[in-house]
Amino acid sequence: MKLNRILMPLILFFSMFIISCGPKDADIKAAVDKTIQVDNGMAGITSSVTGGVVTLTGECESETSKAKCSDLAKSVKGVKSVINNCTVQMPVLVSPDDTLRKNLTDATKDYPGVTASVNDGVVTLTGNISRANLAKLMKSVNDLQPKKVQNQLTIK
Amino acid sequence: MSLQEKYKQLIDAATTSGMNVREQDNVLYINGEATNGATKDNLWNIYGQIDPDFRGSDVVMDVNVNDTMAGSKVKVNTDKSNLNIRKGPGTDQPIVGKAAKDEMITLISKTNDQWWLVRTDAGEEGYAYAEYLNS
Repeated sequence: MKLNRILMPLILFFSMFIISCGPKDADIKAAVDKTIQVDNGMAGITSSVTGGVVTLTGECESETSKAKCSDLAKSVKGVKSVINNCTVQMPVLVSPDDTLRKNLTDATKDYPGVTASVNDGVVTLTGNISRANLAKLMKSVNDLQPKKVQNQLTIK
Repeated sequence: MSLQEKYKQLIDAATTSGMNVREQDNVLYINGEATNGATKDNLWNIYGQIDPDFRGSDVVMDVNVNDTMAGSKVKVNTDKSNLNIRKGPGTDQPIVGKAAKDEMITLISKTNDQWWLVRTDAGEEGYAYAEYLNS
């Protein structure tokens, strides 16, 4: 009887403690990772969890996907708060082919031996150029926001 | 060798200069605003040391030099010929004036990265190719 009187409150105390602890950090992390991997815009994001506080790091494609990431993490059971340290990384801007073609006409005008063609953002340079002019032409072409520049010029 | 290794020196210099550097589909994209022409030249020099013939097809570097303001004077920086001033932004546009090499002309506005609206001291106004204009 005497033993029970001491043990019972102890058992009661510990069982309450265990219940109030909720899910463990590792379980929360697994659940958060599963939840935020819902679209490609969040593919590069990782989480860490300490005492139910989730910290998100990585690159998001937009402010919208960053905010959505926070919301998704908050929705996971056991999460107390979310610190979102993700950076927004805009996708690479590539000019439309028509714009590239027009701008390439202007950029190559002063280099008579050079021909530029465009296919799906990829600029291909053919013909001849002097070594002195090569870097200058490359700078002009790179400034037009191509997807890629293929230099097949013969350098003289 | 990965792009990160191949262009480490360029990536480090670009990052130090505040450029945005990222890799997508095996192409390294470097872009941003430079406060002076020397920053852009430095990055291109490093790129040229790594790939002297620019044959790699694995870098697109778009550095915009932002050291000229609307209303300021800019210098005509052609090799030796006159700079054409055109009615509109494009080489298909009629020529409405010319500015001599080293002539100082007024920048009215930057229409885009390629074409700027300018005025000569003689009063000729139109669009000139921005590559040939310096602060």
